[in-house]
Amino acid sequence: MKIKVDAEKCEGHSRCYSLAPELVDVDDLGNAFELNDGEVPAGLEDKARLIVDNCPEFAITIKEG
Amino acid sequence: MTDTAETQNDPMADSVAESIPERCPVTDVTSDYDMFDPEYLRDPFSAWAEMRDVCPIAHTDRYGGSWLPTKYDDLQAMAKMVPVLSSKSPIVIDMPEALVKGDATGYNAAAPITADPPEQHWTRRALLPHFTPKGIAAETEYTERLCHELIDGFIDNGECDAAVEYAQQIPPRVIAKKLGVDDSMVDDFIEWVRGVLELGLQQPELRAKYRDIIRSFFAAEVADRRVNPKDDLITALCQTEHEGGFLPDEVVIGMCNLQLVAGIDTTWSSIGSALWHLAGHDDDRRRLANEPDLWNTAVEELLRFYAPVTMARNATEDVEYGGVEFKKGDKILMNFPGANHDPDHFENAHEVQLDRQRNRHVAFGIGIHRCAGSNLARMEMEVALKTWMERIPEFTLADPEAVTWAGGQVRGPRILPVTFG
Repeated sequence: MKIKVDAEKCEGHSRCYSLAPELVDVDDLGNAFELNDGEVPAGLEDKARLIVDNCPEFAITIKEG
Repeated sequence: MTDTAETQNDPMADSVAESIPERCPVTDVTSDYDMFDPEYLRDPFSAWAEMRDVCPIAHTDRYGGSWLPTKYDDLQAMAKMVPVLSSKSPIVIDMPEALVKGDATGYNAAAPITADPPEQHWTRRALLPHFTPKGIAAETEYTERLCHELIDGFIDNGECDAAVEYAQQIPPRVIAKKLGVDDSMVDDFIEWVRGVLELGLQQPELRAKYRDIIRSFFAAEVADRRVNPKDDLITALCQTEHEGGFLPDEVVIGMCNLQLVAGIDTTWSSIGSALWHLAGHDDDRRRLANEPDLWNTAVEELLRFYAPVTMARNATEDVEYGGVEFKKGDKILMNFPGANHDPDHFENAHEVQLDRQRNRHVAFGIGIHRCAGSNLARMEMEVALKTWMERIPEFTLADPEAVTWAGGQVRGPRILPVTFG
């Protein structure tokens, strides 16, 4: 599974970072970017779905591998 | 024990209320809503539900006229109508021309909240680094200590006004610390913010008076930091580079003003509403006390349900959206709290579910004007509620009838007597 944060849509709410710092980090302006090229480590699939479902900007998408 | 009647006074609100003319009754909420109607302040939810059914972008002629969208998808779309829905005048009732001041107008007033691109863009970039999750570490430690100290002050009384003695005390101190201003200013900050945003909404002269007080105060602080730099936000903004120089004084003063008008009564309203909810809902209170893993979703759910802030936009030209023709100059109230209750987006939207997993609520707005301080506000709310629940896990409303709600553009309890145990 891979996640992608759309930098154009992200407005820095930090919901994803708060819920899953294993999957995303935030830059100096607070905008999110995915870690490990978006690769979701085994066992964290539910967290990946959770951050998708909590992004108010609909900026995160999942690609099932 | 303190006299309960004594804690129910709100002298500042009382003195202003006397000079506001009596409002005529609302007969049809979808075409004549009144954002200052005490009934609407107590329960806006049923009004929004009726609007969604009948007229999802409602209109009123009251207070100069405004539009009120109530659907989640409409708020999402309208937040992105930039700059045709301009943010330069986010207060619902415009200041009369005679009270408008050149250097306190437009983006200078409180950038980036009062700005459209391009000024919105560079003022926001100047502010954001100080409000990232990592940028607020110092405030987190301070807030934890502060909440304990406040509770130490009243826990032995067995009761307190959770709005006045707790919720209201936290954000102004955190903001004072962030700005680098002595916390002896806290009572002044509370008075100024209420003067501008709560009681001054319907009283432009009052709003102008407090606007001038705030700007004079920060003009002196900015002048001081230019020569005596410190480790604080005012200094950091003074030292932020812009177009080959530094951010101009007028812009920094406006950004300091923003810390007060956006960072104080908003957050205290959220903390107060959450305590009001927990005081009156035994199941949720006990669940939160026993399931610490719930905090992340619980804070978000309380933010969703009791979202306090409704900012205004102005149409800069005639524009159509959702079957409504907005005319140039029309005021649109960005009803993010209403969007958070839209049953087409949220399952069981009318229920507080502390473990809600799917929660794309928009309490902090969306798009380019997403609340720049949202990380700070969330931290304050979580620390304030966790510390309270740790020290006072059992509490109830002392007198539900005594609770008062402020409204207009920031909704939250202003009087909230609770009994412990």
